[in-house]
Amino acid sequence: MSSAVDHHDDHHGPVTLKDGFGKWVMRWISTTNHKDLGTLYLWFAFIMFFVGGAMALVIRAELFEPGMQFVQPEFFNQMTAMHALVMIFGAVMPAFVGLANWMIPMMIGCSDLALPRVNNWGFWILPFAFTILLSTLFVPGGAPAAGWTMYPPLSLQTSNAFPMLIFSVHLMGISSITGAINVVVTILNMRAPGMTLLKMPLFVWTWLITAYLLIATMPVLAGAVTMLLTDKYFGTSFFSASGGGDPVMFQHIFWFFGHPEVYILILPAFGIVSTIIPTFARKTLFGYDSMVYATASIAFLSFIVWAHHMFTAGMPVAAELFFMFSTMLIAVPTGVKVFNWVATMWRGSMTFETPMLFAVAFVFLFTIGGFSGLMLAIAPVDFQYHDTYFVVAHFHYVLVPGAVFAIMGGVYYWLPKWTGVMYNEKLGKLHFWLTAIFVNVTFFPMHFSGLAGMPRRIPDYAVQFADFNMWSSIGAFGFGFAQLIFLWVVVQSCLKKGEAATSRVWEGAHGLEWTVPSPAPYHTFEEPPMIADAEITAVHDEPAKA
Amino acid sequence: MKRAVSASLLGLLPGSALALQWNLTEGVTEISREVYGLHMLIFGLCVVIGIGVFGVMFYSVFMHRKSKGAKPANFHESMTVEVIWTVIPFVILIGMAIPAAGTLIKMEDASDADMTVKITGYQWMWEYEYLDSGVHFYSRLDAEADRARQTGSGADVAAIDNYLLEVDNRVVLPVGKKIRFLLTAHDVLHAWYVPDLAVKKDAVPGFVREIWTKIDEPGIYRGQCAELCGRDHGFMPIVVEALPQDEYDQWVASQTGGATTDVPADMEAEATDAAEQQVAMASDAEPEAEQADAADSAPAEMGKDELMAAGEKAYKTNCSVCHKDTGQGMPPAFPSLVGSAVVGGEPAAQIQQVINGKNAMPPFGHLSDTDIAAVITYTRNSWGNDSGVVQPADVAAQR
Repeated sequence: MSSAVDHHDDHHGPVTLKDGFGKWVMRWISTTNHKDLGTLYLWFAFIMFFVGGAMALVIRAELFEPGMQFVQPEFFNQMTAMHALVMIFGAVMPAFVGLANWMIPMMIGCSDLALPRVNNWGFWILPFAFTILLSTLFVPGGAPAAGWTMYPPLSLQTSNAFPMLIFSVHLMGISSITGAINVVVTILNMRAPGMTLLKMPLFVWTWLITAYLLIATMPVLAGAVTMLLTDKYFGTSFFSASGGGDPVMFQHIFWFFGHPEVYILILPAFGIVSTIIPTFARKTLFGYDSMVYATASIAFLSFIVWAHHMFTAGMPVAAELFFMFSTMLIAVPTGVKVFNWVATMWRGSMTFETPMLFAVAFVFLFTIGGFSGLMLAIAPVDFQYHDTYFVVAHFHYVLVPGAVFAIMGGVYYWLPKWTGVMYNEKLGKLHFWLTAIFVNVTFFPMHFSGLAGMPRRIPDYAVQFADFNMWSSIGAFGFGFAQLIFLWVVVQSCLKKGEAATSRVWEGAHGLEWTVPSPAPYHTFEEPPMIADAEITAVHDEPAKA
Repeated sequence: MKRAVSASLLGLLPGSALALQWNLTEGVTEISREVYGLHMLIFGLCVVIGIGVFGVMFYSVFMHRKSKGAKPANFHESMTVEVIWTVIPFVILIGMAIPAAGTLIKMEDASDADMTVKITGYQWMWEYEYLDSGVHFYSRLDAEADRARQTGSGADVAAIDNYLLEVDNRVVLPVGKKIRFLLTAHDVLHAWYVPDLAVKKDAVPGFVREIWTKIDEPGIYRGQCAELCGRDHGFMPIVVEALPQDEYDQWVASQTGGATTDVPADMEAEATDAAEQQVAMASDAEPEAEQADAADSAPAEMGKDELMAAGEKAYKTNCSVCHKDTGQGMPPAFPSLVGSAVVGGEPAAQIQQVINGKNAMPPFGHLSDTDIAAVITYTRNSWGNDSGVVQPADVAAQR
């Protein structure tokens, strides 16, 4: 560290282990620094990724061959429900919040998030929420087993775990809302002078839109699960026909939250990929404005398509037609994004470091998930696909080589900026190739088992599905163990083992985060930076010089 | 286990006994063929678009590399191409939406049905009531598969015909008739799913959903419950046996005791009434206890040992998954039977609960009087319980 900003660290730098273990622990508990909290979020997400992954491996072990070998059906159901809850709320969402924490202030040129104490609170809710959720595995009656969607009346059969599930979902919701409010307030109020909205990096844009989705939908989820709670314990009948309610109403409310939720899980990924591809193509992002409008269109449409998750639940035919058409419309802005990424690569000068590999794989594999999504939108055919492994293949394609690949690409991309050292590129590439191969071995055969008629969420299956399931299980274990390489690479970087990184890190990188030293000082942009247009990803008048 | 693995890996090779099904079934109804056509149409479109987009992308990935001396171009926006790649997909979508809408509207039109079958989902079996002929039965996973699927049974499931896809009582339906299904559920959501008929519909407790099919070819068509319904969600298959009309009529006659059933002219109206009643009944939609076995019509007095032996067998098949072999259950969801007030109390109450179910416990009224008497005797005289013997006649009295 040798730049002029470093003197700040002398008087209010972070407490390190050298100052004593207790002080060091207290630093992390009490920190309001966006970089510290970003780190905490990312490590929390990483741990949950392994916890949820272990559950997935229990599922895949049982499904390796037909017959029940290892677990009881009820435990299998607990695993499917918990795997989804942990991965969605514990891994992917916190990982995006962690990236937002680290990068948004550095991208828009402000010193921290607008509400640092709220930020601390938002993070520290999560360990409690997941302690409650995971401890249900040890209560009488076991963990929630009615799927992450918690459809009543089945979810009301959950025993002691039920209130713990509801309260942990409430806590996760509070955490998400605090994070989202912080992002919105920061972006709208704290941009450096000259950073107009349409000059913001795409990652900031996608997060701004994501934050609005979170604020709009998390209270809906909280309402839905609260109604479950009162149905079970306080004699209400929101979802019970015997009291004048309707179980299907839960599904409408849940998916009014749930569909925007799936875009919450993918929009920031779009932002990351839109950041990585121009860097390694050494070319400005194609169609910046249309990327912003496409993201906003997707967000808007996400509120009017929810019932495509429940075509088989029974609806008037007019409603089915409406939800089919509106769902198909989403293909248009999503297509625009894919075309723009390809046009950005076209006639670039590309290199394929690990972040770029993940980004290119994202475009390829996410699009495959998009295609199967389009197929699922066609209601009459959805009657065949619904609740089969075809759906499982679809959403894992958009969530694993979609959201998770973008997160991994983002981590490799910004890791040198965070730690100050280059990660091990060879191991990074090895991690990529193993991950990319095994993710397809795992999830591609699920398209076939689904088309052949295998229902999802079953612990045992008819013998004709055996081959596809065996491939999926082999792929899943390969995928799981490949992630240990990722863990190793990240830990090595955090231990500062590796070549020192320059402040620019990547030859083609643009944006304010690359104007500060690597590792980024504990406090950045305490004075708003002067913005050179060439530094901003979206340059309308003057293309960035490579 | 090893053998199953190697057999399965061999399945990759051509000529293996079990052909892999890679694609959606075309099915055996006009609708299912239309659905298959739509599936192939949209799949084909996706493949064509995918080849185009990925072709351009991978061409770029291989040709526009820095290592090949590629210099970055400067272009970064164009209103014209943005409009083009917004409008073209939109037009393609309209082309797809039109046939899809046509098929959807057809699928949702269950009017003018020739016959009606009411289907009720239970944890974990199906109940079928033929509203026109009065045939009525329960259908559950067949006993052999049910034993093999228990965790750690060590059974070679590959040796079982149609493992997990066979039932004790099949739904027999005539070909060439428009059959309307009225779907509901007793406890939680289920979904009735038969791929060859392109039928999948949720069964919702307290509500009736309508769907229809018209099967073209006689045959046996297998499906499964498609909506997560708890522990044995994977173990409540559906088997449809489609017969030519005359064979179907014979089957109906055999089910209704040989007599030709009088079908009142206003049966259709009654069917609808029954459906509406179901809405009102909601939580207390208890099935009529039908005697499954005619041989049981004159229950004989049985010895305790005989009852205990039969009871143990029936208990292991029907009860032990929840109440466990030790009788201790998994409280609080599945109560312990050891020292239980119900098991130690009046036999009548216990018989009622077994026949009709309670909360999470499904009704077992489809079991014979002998089996119910045996299983109750077994629970009353095991694990330290000692509360007497129940005879088949006692069960019959409670029906």
